[in-house]
Amino acid sequence: MSSTAEPKAPEPKAPAVNRAGLSVKEYGGSKSTLCVGCGHDVITRQITQALYEMSIPPYKVAKMSGIGCSSKTTAYFADRGHGFNAVHGRMPAVATGAMMVNPSLLAIGVSGDGDTASIGAGQFVHLLRRNVPMVYIVENNGVYGLTKGQFSATADAGSKLKTGAVNDLPAIDLCAMAIELGCGYVARSFSGDMKQLVGLLKGAMAHRGTALLDVVSPCVTFNNHDSSTKSYKWAKDHEIPIHEIGFVPYFEDITVDYDPGTTQDVALHDGSHIRLRKLRADYDATDKRKAIALCMEAQEKTEFLTGLIYVEPAKKDFLALSGVGSQPIVEMPESSLRPPKKALDEIMESLK
Amino acid sequence: MSTAVLEEKRSESVGRTPVINDFSIHVATANGSGSQSSNSILMRSIFQMGIPVSGKNLFPSNIQGLPTWFTIRASKEGFIARRRDVGVLICMNPETAHEDVRSVAPGAAVIYEENLKLDTLRNDVVFYPVPFSKLVLELVQDGKLRRLAINMIYVGVAAWLLDVDMGEIEKAVAKQFKSKAAAVEINMTAIRGGLDWAQKNLTKRDPFRLERMNATAGKIIIEGNAAGAIGCMMAGVQFLAWYPITPSSSLAESLIDYAGKYRLDPETGQSTLSVVQAEDELAALGMVLGAGWAGARAMTTTSGPGISLMSEFTGLGYYAEVPAVIVDVQRVGPSTGLPTRTMQGDITSTYYLGHGDSRHILLLPGSVEECYSMAMDAFDLAERFQTPVFLMTDLDLGMNNWMAEPLPYSDRPLDRGKVLRTKAELDAHIAKFKEFARYRDVDGDGIPWRTLPGFMDAPAATYFTRGSGHNDRAQYTERPDDYKNNMDRLARKLETAKKYVPGPVLSDGSGSRIGIIAYGSSDFAVEEARVILGRKGTKTDYLRLRALPFTPETAAFIAAHDRVYVVDQNRDGQMYDLLRLEIGGNTDRLRSIRHYDGFPLDAETVIEGIEAGEKN
Repeated sequence: MSSTAEPKAPEPKAPAVNRAGLSVKEYGGSKSTLCVGCGHDVITRQITQALYEMSIPPYKVAKMSGIGCSSKTTAYFADRGHGFNAVHGRMPAVATGAMMVNPSLLAIGVSGDGDTASIGAGQFVHLLRRNVPMVYIVENNGVYGLTKGQFSATADAGSKLKTGAVNDLPAIDLCAMAIELGCGYVARSFSGDMKQLVGLLKGAMAHRGTALLDVVSPCVTFNNHDSSTKSYKWAKDHEIPIHEIGFVPYFEDITVDYDPGTTQDVALHDGSHIRLRKLRADYDATDKRKAIALCMEAQEKTEFLTGLIYVEPAKKDFLALSGVGSQPIVEMPESSLRPPKKALDEIMESLK
Repeated sequence: MSTAVLEEKRSESVGRTPVINDFSIHVATANGSGSQSSNSILMRSIFQMGIPVSGKNLFPSNIQGLPTWFTIRASKEGFIARRRDVGVLICMNPETAHEDVRSVAPGAAVIYEENLKLDTLRNDVVFYPVPFSKLVLELVQDGKLRRLAINMIYVGVAAWLLDVDMGEIEKAVAKQFKSKAAAVEINMTAIRGGLDWAQKNLTKRDPFRLERMNATAGKIIIEGNAAGAIGCMMAGVQFLAWYPITPSSSLAESLIDYAGKYRLDPETGQSTLSVVQAEDELAALGMVLGAGWAGARAMTTTSGPGISLMSEFTGLGYYAEVPAVIVDVQRVGPSTGLPTRTMQGDITSTYYLGHGDSRHILLLPGSVEECYSMAMDAFDLAERFQTPVFLMTDLDLGMNNWMAEPLPYSDRPLDRGKVLRTKAELDAHIAKFKEFARYRDVDGDGIPWRTLPGFMDAPAATYFTRGSGHNDRAQYTERPDDYKNNMDRLARKLETAKKYVPGPVLSDGSGSRIGIIAYGSSDFAVEEARVILGRKGTKTDYLRLRALPFTPETAAFIAAHDRVYVVDQNRDGQMYDLLRLEIGGNTDRLRSIRHYDGFPLDAETVIEGIEAGEKN
C-alpha cells in the first residue's frame, strides 16, 4: 500500500483505524482474477486506500461498472457496499438512475477505454453533460483485454499490437472531451504513480458532480510491448506531472501555509481543499481555456501530462439542476408518494 | 335554434329514415391547422348531449401541412370502436378532398369548401357546399387567426345540420379555451357564423341527426396515455426516464404535468418524482434499472423501436432481478414505418425480450380504465417479482379519446415486495433463514429477498448485482449447477406470477361452441361484433386476455370450445402463435383473425373473419 500523506508534512504511519473506526482491510473486496501485474489492480488498491483515508462509510458506496477487465474490479474493493455490474458501455445510465433517487450514496464507477470511448461513448458524453455526482475512473490501456487484445478508441495513432497490426485512427482524448462537455473535475494519471493517483481520487470523492479520472493502466498481457504508448515503460518514461497533488480533507485543519506563486489552492464544496504545487509556473487548473490548450499541446507532442487538468468546484450537479431535493426520494414514505383522493377527484372533474 | 326552424328543416328531409345517434363524422383537414380544437369541441358537445362518443385522430408523421383526419363516432348503443363507414364527411383539405369523397358510403352527407367543386364527383351522396373562405373573412377581423377560425365555422355548420345543441357547444368552447374570454369570443363568433349561414342557405337532405340522450352522465373523456399517467402517479412512481417517441411521449408528458401539481412534498415543495429525459431508450431503461435497484418505483415509456433498443437491459433486469415498469404504447415501425398508426406489434418480441431464456410479465389493458388500474398493478408486480414488467397499450388506446367511468381511487397499499430495509428486518431474516442470500428461494415461490444500497450499515446486507453468472449468494460463478439452479428458480418465479397477474375476463355467451380470444384495444370491436353476430343468430363466447404469462383459464376456455378465433392487430398473429406455443393441447381449434392496415380494428373485420371461418 502506498503512503498518501500530505506532500509537505512528514509522513505519519497510517493509523490502524480511520474516523469511521474501520481498518483499511474493511474496505477490501474479493480477490482479483486479473492477470498478475495488471495496472488495474494497482488502481483498485488506491481506490481502497482513498476510501479508507476519506473515512467513507463503506455501506454508502455504490460501485458501478460496465463490462471489460476494468469493470470486474468493482468486486475487488469495498465489498461492504453494493455493486452493480451493468451491460457493456452503459454503466452511466444505471449510475444516473441510482443517484437521482438516492444521492446519499457515493457512486464510484470503474470503466475501461472500450467501455467508455467506444460502446459507451454516448452515455459517457451525457453523463458528463448532466454532471451526475459520481467518480468515474477509466482504466485506460488502449486495448480490449477481455476479448484478447483488439485496439480501442484511445490507442494512439501509429501504435502497434504484438501481432504487428498498426492503429491508423486518432485516439479519443477523454480528458479533452470531458472538459469540452463541461465536466468539473478532469484528471489524468498513471497506475504507476500511486501517490498522485490517491490524491486525485480523494479530491474526486470530495467533488460534487462528475469527476473523471483517465488513468493509464498498462495491459501486461496484450499491450505492454515496446511499440505501445500504453505500456508501463512508456508511461513511466514519459509521464510529466503538471503539479504535485495534496489533499486536505474537510475534517482536518489546514495548518500549512502556501505560496500562491508556487501552489494553487482549490476549495471543494464539502470544505476539503486540493493543494496543487505547480510544476508548470503559469498553469491554472481552474482555467478552462488553458486546460484545453494543455490537452492539445500534449496531443501534438505525444506528451503524457498528468495531474488535475481542470477543476470547477462550484458547478451545479444534475440533482441541483433537476430540482431534486436533498432528501433521497427512495426514503420517502408511501404517504408522500400517492396523492389523496381529492387530487384524483379534481382531475376527474376536469375530464367530465 | 328555434323550434320553427327545426320543423322547417325536418320537413325538407321527409321520406328518408332518420339515422339518429348512430353514425360517424369524418373531418379531413391539414395537420397544424388548429382543427384539433374544433374537433374536440364538436365531440365534447355531442358527449354533453348524453350521446356516447369516441374520437379517433388519424394523423401523419408531420407537424404541419400533411393531411390529417378526425373521426367522431356517435353510438346510441355505446359502441366506441372504429366504424368503417362514414355518415358525415367534412372536407377541408383540398389535397385529399377527391379521395375523401370517393371513400364515403352512398347516402353520406358531405360538407365541403365550395371552391373545391366536389359535387360533380358522385351522385349518390348529399353535398353541402359552404363558402368557408369567404365567411371567415367576414367573421374574423384578425388575419392571423383566420387560418384557425375557419375550422370553427364547420362546427357551426355541422351543429345546424345535425342538431347539436348550441348551449353544449358554448360549454365545450369555454372548457377548450379554459374561459380565456378573447379566445372564447372569436371561436364562438366563427361557430355562430357557420350556424347562421347554414340556417339561411342550406336545406337538410340527409338522414343523420343527433338527439339528446342520457347515456354519458358522470362519464369522462380521456386518452389512454393520460389515464396511464394518472395510474403511474397514483402508484407512487418515484423515477421516470424517457426518450421521446410517438405514441408514448404524451404519457410521459402527462405524468410530468400531473406530478408537477399533485406530487409535491407538502413540507419542502419539492417534487417526489425525479425525471430524466434520457439520450436514448438504452439509457432510459438503464436509468430505470439503476433507480429500481436503489429502491425506487421506476418507469420508462416507449414504443416498438425503443423496445428493440431496450432488449439487452431488459435481459439484465430479468437476470439481476431488478424491478422496472416499461410502458409500451405500440405502433407500426421501425424508422419511417407508419409511426403514427396503431398496431399490436410487440407482443411476441416483448414477451421474450432479452438474450438467453427470458420471459416477462406483460399486462394488456383493454380500456382507458385498465390503462390506469394496470399501471398501478405494473408497479406492484415489478416490485413483487423484482423484474421488468411491461404495460402493453397501443396508439389507438393511448392517443385517442375514450369515454369512460371516472377512474376510481385505490386504497390498496403499495406492494413493495420482499425488501429488507432495516437492520432489524435483516437480523430477523438471518435468524429465520441462517443467512441473507440474495438469490436464494427461501419461501418456495421463486422470489428471493433483496436489500437496497446505502440503507443499513451491515456487511451481511450487501451483495453484487450482475447478469446470469451468479450463485444464490450473488457471487460470480460459472458452475453448471449454479447456473441451472438459478434458471429453474426464475422459471418458478414466472409460475408464481400466474397467480398474481390480472386474469382473463370471460364473457359467457350461451354455451356456444364458438370462442373468441382477444386482448388490448381489440376489445371494443370484438364486443360490438358479438352483438351484431348475435343478432344474426351466431352466439359466441369471449375470453379477453389481460396478461402474459397465460393463466390456466385460457387453456380451459380453448378446451371448452370447438373453434376459437384469436384476434390480433398484426400480420403474423402474434398472440395466436404464443397460444399455440404455450397452451399445450387443443391448438388445432385455434383460428386466427388478423388486422394490420394501420387503422384501429373495427367490428366488421371480426365479423367477416368469424363468418368466413364458420362457412368452412
